[in-house]
Amino acid sequence: MKTHVTTTINGEEVEFLCEPHETLLDALRNHVGLTGTKEGCGSGDCGACSVTVDGELVCSCLVLAPEAEGKSIGTIEGIADHDKLHVIQEKFLEHAALQCGICTPGLIVSTKALLEENPNPTEEEARYYLAGNLCRCTGYDKIIRAVLDAAETMKGAA
Amino acid sequence: MSEAREFKYVGTRSIRPDGFDKVTGRANYAADLDLPGMIWGRILRSPHAHARITRLDTTRAEALPGVMGVATFKDFPAVSTEEFQSGEGSTALNDLARNILADDKVLYHGHAVCAIAATSEALAEQALDLIDIEYDVLPPVMDVADAMKDDAPLLHEDMFTEGLEEKPSKPSNIALRFELKKGDIEQGFKEADLVIEREFYTPTVHQGYIEPHACTVRYDNAGTSMVYCSTQGHFDVRAATAKLLDMELGKIKVVPSEIGGGFGGKTTIYLEPVAMILSQKSGRPVKMVMDRDEVFMASGPGSATRNWVKIGAKKDGTLVAMQARLCYEAGAFPGSPMRPGVMTVFTPYDIENAFVEGYDVVVNKPKVAAYRAPGAPQSEFACEMLINEIARELDMDPIDLRLKNAAREGTQTLYGPKLKKVGLVECLEAVKASDHYRSALKENQGRGVAAGFWFNIGGPSSVSINMNPDGTAILIEGNPDIGGSRASMQLMAAETLQLPLDDVKPLVGDTDVLAYSGATGGSRTTFATGMATIQAAEDIVRQFKERAASTWNVTPEQVEYANGTVTNTAGDDSMTVAEICAGADRTGGHISGRGNINARGAGPSFAVHLADVECDAETGRCWVVRYTACQDAGKAIHPSYVEGQYQGGAAQGIGWALNEEYIYNEDGRLENPGFLDYRIPLASDLPMIETIIVEVPNDFHPFGVRGVGESGIIPPLAAVGDAVAGAAKINVTELPLSPPRVLKAIAEGASA
Repeated sequence: MKTHVTTTINGEEVEFLCEPHETLLDALRNHVGLTGTKEGCGSGDCGACSVTVDGELVCSCLVLAPEAEGKSIGTIEGIADHDKLHVIQEKFLEHAALQCGICTPGLIVSTKALLEENPNPTEEEARYYLAGNLCRCTGYDKIIRAVLDAAETMKGAA
Repeated sequence: MSEAREFKYVGTRSIRPDGFDKVTGRANYAADLDLPGMIWGRILRSPHAHARITRLDTTRAEALPGVMGVATFKDFPAVSTEEFQSGEGSTALNDLARNILADDKVLYHGHAVCAIAATSEALAEQALDLIDIEYDVLPPVMDVADAMKDDAPLLHEDMFTEGLEEKPSKPSNIALRFELKKGDIEQGFKEADLVIEREFYTPTVHQGYIEPHACTVRYDNAGTSMVYCSTQGHFDVRAATAKLLDMELGKIKVVPSEIGGGFGGKTTIYLEPVAMILSQKSGRPVKMVMDRDEVFMASGPGSATRNWVKIGAKKDGTLVAMQARLCYEAGAFPGSPMRPGVMTVFTPYDIENAFVEGYDVVVNKPKVAAYRAPGAPQSEFACEMLINEIARELDMDPIDLRLKNAAREGTQTLYGPKLKKVGLVECLEAVKASDHYRSALKENQGRGVAAGFWFNIGGPSSVSINMNPDGTAILIEGNPDIGGSRASMQLMAAETLQLPLDDVKPLVGDTDVLAYSGATGGSRTTFATGMATIQAAEDIVRQFKERAASTWNVTPEQVEYANGTVTNTAGDDSMTVAEICAGADRTGGHISGRGNINARGAGPSFAVHLADVECDAETGRCWVVRYTACQDAGKAIHPSYVEGQYQGGAAQGIGWALNEEYIYNEDGRLENPGFLDYRIPLASDLPMIETIIVEVPNDFHPFGVRGVGESGIIPPLAAVGDAVAGAAKINVTELPLSPPRVLKAIAEGASA
């Protein structure tokens, strides 16, 4: 017996059918066609599936799809304004903060959540906030630089 | 390359052309493709480390509504013992097959036994529970030292050690013995004032790419079957799949997805032939995605090793003899990177007398795969730890000791060639001159330095460039872009074509659109595929000149090309590339350029790293407080991504040194197949990683490129290892230096 879910994803109302045991991650990827959110572990350890649910940063592999009912979901696909990249996305590119790019959607979603909570993070605060987002390629150096630069730039723009 | 050259694009920090898709979630990775009618495959895996399969009956599973296909080892047509080359290693085809689906024995916890395809992933999973399987459990062999014992249980009753003078009389777990020697090792040790020997242990580690293995496969009986997957070498996936399934090579098209990390671990295959069998049986496209625990249990990993090293030095620091005995775990089937371990162990040193023997040994763990400079981190760790100890014993600066003995142009390597121009001395000097090296340490901190050597490879690469009628260029490379190679191809092509960077659009072509290209591995892509790119661009420039010359009725020698415009030196005509391309159908058809090479002359890349580590003696926790990675790039095409390779290699090496290890219980079951318990470095575990790019050009590449991808993972093991020894005041002979191990060593030191 499938469950019918009505939710808001990146500002748009979306409906989908899912099995009750399916995760929000599976629903996004397999039922809604939003494959920008990635699965790296399925156990909440790598952060590749980071999304926001009513503004709260979560691993979508740890949220059941039916829990999305009536909520507002934010994914990587909703960060840019059409072709206009968000400052965080621009800074990731400028600083070469990605190599293979599989962790990038999750890191960008997490960084946006970080900067909404704390617009002026120290390097240490950024490192601890993003400790749930694993990257195996970069050693994090360029990611942290991109995050801190994005924070600076967003402050300047505000 | 004889003199420094001015570049317009090469050496700049351009925005990568694939970047937009990757920061917006548009980029498609292995698990992102669905096809109409697609079904899902799942794999039943062994719960035992070593067992004989006594019964395998899939009747009940097949009867479950929605189940559409089953695959077992019996579905492989008879496969031969022919060696199959891929990436940086080779495996016998029958071993490859038996690793993908077990034959009569399972040889490690997680070994694939049987696969089922069904209309949903959950249903396929449910069907796995209906497979009737029984095992006769055998004792597992979980350590290389145990596996080499005379009375060790055998993984393969028909395996006899190769590389011995005589074929041994009985089988063993030792697949291969290999040795290299030079000079007179006995005499060398006699000349030494100081001789130190020690055995070191390094654990099984995983490459830890964040993207699990995945594929979508569609079998087509009449036409071309399609494999969509994440791989470092799609041409090798095609060849392996064709060989294993006895299919025609030309009737398989492999489309590489974006690749979410590989580090050598995606140079082989696991799921692709299984999905092909399931697709053939079901008549449907089949998608298979590994879970994270499957990735840890049954893909990769890198070899655990026990390496004994003995080094003799004179009082003035001259190294006179170096000896090693290197024992590498291959996992369940032969083929550890023992050989490159033997070849690299002493290469940073110009040494007259050396003797190294290596053993490739099977154990009940997953078959190892290439991992970034495969084999070198383990062997060079042992050597570098000892070099630092010798420096301390002789009261010498460890960099000065290395400078005194450093390999340089003309040094006769143990493994064969004399070194061409290399940058080890330059790296050592750069680190010695760094602010980091001169900075003071605080209490409970230690500092370690280490060098690393990796050959780098060249090999076959194909590139084609097609000119559009508007004068822009499409560049097709055959190498999956794992760390920014489209950016470096774009820079090298724009440099050669003398066209604006944005006018060159690079992409990775599937196996049907381009001639063979070797895998993205061995630090070969920027070097070899870069050479093919330059060659293809030169081919285009030649045609620009010919087309303009024919238009003006002059010879190509009478025209010049610069910055997108051809000019007639015999008159005052000029044509832009856009004009030439727009009118190309009037001058002989549209323009394509090709570069097909087998690149020779890959330049080795030396690295020198410096690590400061702090230790909390109460908990045994050690962490890196400052880190510098210095390496010879030859020429950095895109400095940001070169730095990224140094930093990424350093971070993986730091993880290897401090945290990462496979933990097996006494039954040989892997206890930490997840990122929670197999802990790779987090953002909060690391400091910024300072980089120094040394550029000693490789004369074999038009721009001076050396590969940079691998060497950076070698030095961290000993740099961090030695820093921990200093910070915790312990002897370090085993990795990882995790809190329990450090705490134990502190306690033993205190009681000693």
